[in-house]
Amino acid sequence: MINGSESLVRSLEHAGVEVIFGIPGGAILPAYDPLFDSSIRHILVRHEQGAGHAATGYAQATGKVGVCMATSGPGATNLVTPIADAQMDSVPLVAITGQVPSGAIGSDAFQEADIRGITMPITKHNFLVTNPNDISRAIAEAFHIASTGRPGAVLVDISKDALQANAEFNWPTVIDLPGYKPTTKPNSKQVREAAALIAQSQRPVLYVGGGVIKANASRELLAFAELCGAPLVTTLMARGAFPDSHPQNLGMPGMHGTVAAVTALQKADLLITLGARFDDRVTGKLSTFAPNAKIIHADIDPAEIGKNRYTDVPIVGDLRETLAELVPALKAEFAAGNQADLGAWWKQCNSWRSTFPLGYDIPEDGTLSPQYVIERLGKIAGPDAIYAAGVGQHQMWAAQFVSYEKPRTWLNSGGLGTMGYAVPAAMGAKVGRPEAAVWAIDGDGCFQMTNQELATCAINNIPIKVAIINNESLGMVRQWQTLFYNSRYSNTDLHSKRIPDFAKLADAMGCIGLRCEKAEDVDATIAKAMEINDQPVVVDFSVHRDAMVWPMVAAGTSNDEILVARELAPDWDSQDL
Amino acid sequence: MSLHTLSVLVENSPGVLARVASLFSRRGFNIESLAVGPTEHEEISRMTIVVNVEGNPLEQVTKQLNKLINVLKIVELDSLSSVQRELLLVKVSADTKNRAEVLEIVSLFRARVVDVVADAVIIEATGTGEKIAALLSVLEPFGIKELVQSGLVAMARGSKSISK
Repeated sequence: MINGSESLVRSLEHAGVEVIFGIPGGAILPAYDPLFDSSIRHILVRHEQGAGHAATGYAQATGKVGVCMATSGPGATNLVTPIADAQMDSVPLVAITGQVPSGAIGSDAFQEADIRGITMPITKHNFLVTNPNDISRAIAEAFHIASTGRPGAVLVDISKDALQANAEFNWPTVIDLPGYKPTTKPNSKQVREAAALIAQSQRPVLYVGGGVIKANASRELLAFAELCGAPLVTTLMARGAFPDSHPQNLGMPGMHGTVAAVTALQKADLLITLGARFDDRVTGKLSTFAPNAKIIHADIDPAEIGKNRYTDVPIVGDLRETLAELVPALKAEFAAGNQADLGAWWKQCNSWRSTFPLGYDIPEDGTLSPQYVIERLGKIAGPDAIYAAGVGQHQMWAAQFVSYEKPRTWLNSGGLGTMGYAVPAAMGAKVGRPEAAVWAIDGDGCFQMTNQELATCAINNIPIKVAIINNESLGMVRQWQTLFYNSRYSNTDLHSKRIPDFAKLADAMGCIGLRCEKAEDVDATIAKAMEINDQPVVVDFSVHRDAMVWPMVAAGTSNDEILVARELAPDWDSQDL
Repeated sequence: MSLHTLSVLVENSPGVLARVASLFSRRGFNIESLAVGPTEHEEISRMTIVVNVEGNPLEQVTKQLNKLINVLKIVELDSLSSVQRELLLVKVSADTKNRAEVLEIVSLFRARVVDVVADAVIIEATGTGEKIAALLSVLEPFGIKELVQSGLVAMARGSKSISK
């Protein structure tokens, strides 16, 4: 006879779990005893938020389900942010929490929090298990729900007495959830209708979202995109889904997207939307987004279709299957002589691309340009490295100035916008992909939210590399204060070139700390960091604080009002529109 | 207002009502009326939800509801092809002088008196929202001391079963 804890650990082994990020505590303590003997690696983090983001980074880098574990009460509530983060970005995450004994639930017991109630709105599903015989089934269902359909976060809360009592282990061979049957096979009639629209379109754009990466559909996308010949944009969540070096890729759309990507969407007559969700950061003012475009929307989640934008041809299904079916359907259209000439459209797109390339100014005072640092980092670390960013200016520059060639090499918090994501996510990615160089590109603000996990990395031999883009401020907020609040810098100055000393902090955490302040030292510093593979490295890049992210579509305004620099709209009259 | 009546079959498990209520709340959907109870299958409960879909298309409401793992089936019931009923209990002032008048109204509306004391009666009535409203407006002059109303429950007409 085994007990609930042993059933839990055996279930996790059956689910194929390789690694758990977590912290023990009172209510989850029984589970940690059999875990001690398990083949599963447990990485003891320094804060539960770090455990959640590490599991997310692991999942994003590998495509497997990330797992984190915490105790009841504060342990569980510390997981709330990473759970919400994973759910918003459709990352398969299973969070396991201990709960106070079932008899004490509802009595405001020590370290009691109703984590099932708290996480209901931020999970795909969650469980409270108080019967030890239910543990194996709940774990099996949790992994099934997290990893199928539109992936997401699932929490399993298990009461301490259920972990301690005798348990039956019943690993289900088939999972039958009557209320959960994701549609994976696209409707072929809809696929044919989509192909017919694509063949007729004079100004199509492939609007590629993170779903392509979730569906592991990059190869199918490449085949379909090359057949279709249309310009393509990759959203923040889709960077790497399609090679940046490919001539059809116009770059990232949205608030800080390229002029070519934003404008192509605006002027398109057809958006072929693949695993994207018409997020406000992409559409700008929704009523003015792509006003003349018909919409094909392919997504695994039927609720995304028509949520923000009317859809002409919806296709619910797995994107890999959808793209694979679109290829013959489109070929049939072409064979029947239905193929529009995209020459004029490409001429326009190429003109936007060449007239308004991404760029930046080198600071006149000789200080370091943050964009330059990130651009060089991308060049030197190359397309095989994995890049994890925090949230803010550095994140946008990392999305803009690193060239992504492969899926799962760009990890970031797109939906929730969680500052502090980078360091723990990089840790998780490095655990999942130890052979890859993993860089956290972080801001000085973000870094100070979760850098405690550097100790975890140093102790557990997880040699990540961190580039702190130190502009000694909450840079993106400061940028908005510059633009919209008359440069009144209320509470955005972090003084982080003075305090803390990041290199010393890294050193104290068992990492190598490096500093770089001059453009001529950037390449050598990055090269030095690339050579260190037995210890985590932190590089404090002291950069110009007034650098801004451009282009920009101000929040709530139309994408037509994109600015390429402060008060500088593109000179549309010089374009053949 | 654009009201729609949804019959929602859910798993009879703890927290399902909270999940549905939380979904409506966070997505900004407006519940006009909600009734929950058992069905002919022990493991399935049935919710009848009247939703006001102004601003949010009904399609979004049902799609989001369908994403809840515990939600098994959603059927929209329109008022013509379904039977829709609410239950009313109302305590009305009625003494020996006007009790007869009150009882006449009760019988006209095919309602029932379920409790009588010297100065009041409790009336039980079932019917559509319109009938209940009409009854209340006629009783109002006598003095309504207290009233309680159930959410609407509904069932499609004909021989077919929703849970098949």
